[in-house]
Amino acid sequence: MIVFDGVEKRFGDNVVLSDLDFTVAPGEHVTLIGPSGSGKTTILRLLMSLEAVNAGTITVAGRYLSHMEKGGKLVPADEKHSREVRKHIGMVFQQFNLFPNMTVRGNLIEAPTRVLGLSKDEANARAEELLDLVGLREKIDEHPSRLSGGQQQRVAIARALAMRPDVLLLDEVTSALDPELVAGVLALLRDIGETTDITILCVTHEMGFARDFSHRVMMFDGGQVIEDAPPQRLFSAPEHPRTKEFLKAVLERG
Amino acid sequence: MDNLATFLSVLAQGLPETVGATVGGIALTIVLSFAAGLALLSPSRPVRVISRIYVEGLRGTSEVVQLFWIFFALPVLVGFEIVPIWGGILVLGLNHGAYGAEIVRGAIQSVPRAQYEGALALSLSPAQRMFRVILPQAVVEMIPPFNNLFIQLLKSTSILSFVFISEITRQATQILVPRFNPQVLQIFLLLLLFYLVLSLVITAVMRFLERKAAARLGRGPSERARRAAVTGAV
Repeated sequence: MIVFDGVEKRFGDNVVLSDLDFTVAPGEHVTLIGPSGSGKTTILRLLMSLEAVNAGTITVAGRYLSHMEKGGKLVPADEKHSREVRKHIGMVFQQFNLFPNMTVRGNLIEAPTRVLGLSKDEANARAEELLDLVGLREKIDEHPSRLSGGQQQRVAIARALAMRPDVLLLDEVTSALDPELVAGVLALLRDIGETTDITILCVTHEMGFARDFSHRVMMFDGGQVIEDAPPQRLFSAPEHPRTKEFLKAVLERG
Repeated sequence: MDNLATFLSVLAQGLPETVGATVGGIALTIVLSFAAGLALLSPSRPVRVISRIYVEGLRGTSEVVQLFWIFFALPVLVGFEIVPIWGGILVLGLNHGAYGAEIVRGAIQSVPRAQYEGALALSLSPAQRMFRVILPQAVVEMIPPFNNLFIQLLKSTSILSFVFISEITRQATQILVPRFNPQVLQIFLLLLLFYLVLSLVITAVMRFLERKAAARLGRGPSERARRAAVTGAV
């Protein structure tokens, strides 16, 4: 269970999220949509603790994210606490962020061996299994720079899954890909969604994918959730005028 | 040229000192550059301040005066005389390490933030993020400026002639020039060529390292192979 309670996030004077409350149930797939600057990506970055809240609290499975409890009081989280909570959360980035100083195998076994304490053999077995899943087993000793964007993103997804996260954050994972490579990555994500019980939060402009992948779609505008509904409802009969406007603009463009 | 063989052999007698001071100075420079460069980026303010004092203090004062200080002032103060070549290496290393610290700091900061975030999203610790992900990528960026710095260091070894170390400049000025005064032009031309050859050796080594390091990151000469792989694959 993910709980946002009165969350505020500012960058200087710019208030990105204000007094935001929502919850996500375990195993739920939630897509965040909305115009750019509406705070969708900020929510994922807060969950990955790449950013800290300015006010309010976030908990994941009952554990505070930007805070920790010390002597009965909430204080800002230290590095150790943050790392402990992060272990349960994985993130896939728009630009893949694979490590160019390691092979595909190195990218996949680095954190499982060094953070989770798996043996080399265990981590390698896990890496091979995941590369089978993403269809790139034969690239295991290849260098990331020798892969296409779509292949790199599939490796990045495998790398996130190698940590066996409870929560997976997908930040516009197909936005940097050539159009012909998008379908393969989305098919992989559908497959992962169907075969695992990972809670998935996803920021995307692929409305077709949002419609059939998610259990819930949240429309953001001005740092607030302005509409929160199952995809069938939200896409076919949006209630809020801003949602209607946004969907119209996106569908015309697409 | 008359006496060429003599000139070459007398200058060559200075090579062990010049090469020794250069290699030793480079080794110390590398150690100090990484230590001080990482310290400049430390989350701890006192560590940053100490490192900054070292960098500004050594970068902002005369290398020759530092050398005199170690050789002539230090023994008076502590009654301890340093072996000349070690003193030379110490000054060269301390001085160039101060410049190198900025090279290391700059290269680390040039690694895209996305790499840091990727490492953080995998729960790597701060030390693992730095030593497993950021630094290996930053090293490639450091090699060309370090090449410059090491050549500067090589040329700086000539100041060791002021403190009676018989490196090649001292061999030229103290042994050859007094004896073959009419040929002073040729002597100094030869001396320049000695430095040039040594600096070309440094450049060759650094270029080799640069290619190696770039290849590890999938860049450089294999660029064409890389592009072929990308376009040929889905």
